[in-house]
Amino acid sequence: MKKHLLSVDDLTTDDVHTLFTTAAEMHDVQRRQVKKLPALRGRTVINMFFEDSTRTRSSFEIAGKWLSADTINITGKGSSASKGESLRDTVLTVASMGVDALVVRHGASGACQQVAQWIDAVVINAGDGTHEHPTQALLDAYTLTRRLGTLEGKHVVIVGDLTHSRVFRSNVACLTMLGAEVTVVAPPTLMPSGVDAWSASAGFATTYDLDEVIDKADAVMMLRVQRERMSGGFFPTGREYTVGYGLTRDRLARLGPDVPICHPGPMNRGLEIAADAADAVQSAILEQVSAGVAIRMSVLYHLLAGEGAV
Amino acid sequence: MPATTEPTGQPSGQPAAPTGTPPELPGRTVLDARDIARALTRISHEILERNKGHEGLVLLGIPTRGVGLAKRIAARIADVEGVAVPVGALDITLYRDDLRKHPARGPQPTDVPVGGIDGKTVVLVDDVLYSGRTVRAALDALADLGRPDAVRLAVLVDRGHRELPIRADHVGKNLPSARSERVMVRLSETDGHDVVQIADAPGGEPA
Repeated sequence: MKKHLLSVDDLTTDDVHTLFTTAAEMHDVQRRQVKKLPALRGRTVINMFFEDSTRTRSSFEIAGKWLSADTINITGKGSSASKGESLRDTVLTVASMGVDALVVRHGASGACQQVAQWIDAVVINAGDGTHEHPTQALLDAYTLTRRLGTLEGKHVVIVGDLTHSRVFRSNVACLTMLGAEVTVVAPPTLMPSGVDAWSASAGFATTYDLDEVIDKADAVMMLRVQRERMSGGFFPTGREYTVGYGLTRDRLARLGPDVPICHPGPMNRGLEIAADAADAVQSAILEQVSAGVAIRMSVLYHLLAGEGAV
Repeated sequence: MPATTEPTGQPSGQPAAPTGTPPELPGRTVLDARDIARALTRISHEILERNKGHEGLVLLGIPTRGVGLAKRIAARIADVEGVAVPVGALDITLYRDDLRKHPARGPQPTDVPVGGIDGKTVVLVDDVLYSGRTVRAALDALADLGRPDAVRLAVLVDRGHRELPIRADHVGKNLPSARSERVMVRLSETDGHDVVQIADAPGGEPA
């Protein structure tokens, strides 16, 4: 495994399977009374979040703590970044305190790659702009593997705001690596430009018509409509988006009882996913959250525990 | 990442032998299949005598080979007492004190029997007792899982060279060895046949 986790492309298929096997053991720890393993005792992990986050940041923090690492959170608001300090200066300052790993979320695509070039510590990408979010892809694939047994030959339909979605970019890479057939669905305005060449080389399908593919799905992944990243009118009204691309009650009825429904959160209930679908028996949304802790424990363990790790 | 690296006890460069056929190993055999069977039978009886019966016993094998040994001891206890005692596995990878000396390796399953270990007499089972560091790690792992009334240790081979104040309660064979030698335990569950061998190996092997 490479030193940093900046992109799903940093991982081999073997790496992913190893991470999943370890995550399954970490998952068991969540059910224990004493949720503590000594593997990362004496290591320091800093979560630097320049964008808002609930589940990613808290699950990285819990993951580090359960492995006995010392974890500290730094957020953009309330740090010197809001006084005008550059990212490089903030990172170098923190690195000088003697940290072993930096978990970085930043609004600019490629920020984590940049950070990794400045410091010696392990850098884990927790979401950079509209580029990648590798641990999210890992936990999604892990959750689906547990639900479906395997991803080999399974048809995963990813629906939503693809243009602004780093989750989608990382997920396509991870799911196809594990043998899944991926179809991505979005309105033309939210389909990334140049997707045709990319889908041909990466081996996934695209469509504007959700109803055409939803009956053939082995799993459905709904993505959040990211209004905070939208600068113009990508669709006329929320209602219109829901009719065309939401997982409505009608579409829920067309899903089989064993078709997991995923959403990376936070959900816009009633916009991209109906409340009935979010709370349906097929919903894997809360499993994704608990898998997130297990996967992040696994990633921290493999990047920080062994020989040569920082 | 060395996903396929075997945990402790597996010397590298030994191809897996076909089932039932003892392979050509460069070592001297110290226990053959019948010796191992006799030793495990004696250990099983010792455990029962020491515990005055099967009540409250929980057997936990330390992966990889301790798990198979624990199951065999449980089967022998079932023969004698007519009762199946709980048997499980206790992985110690995440509790090792030498994690930083090797590339990170994935943990193996920990499987605590239903009923847990609180108030029980836990018998840890491993193949080779050497430095004592594995047992130290196992005691730490146990403490995170619950509070047994007592913890005992059963090993197939005690080869000496302790680095910690730890001793076994039940020993299959005391095997005086040099640090430079390598003790290899092969069990049918994991390796296709039962044998314990000792061989010269510069540098030795962690156990």
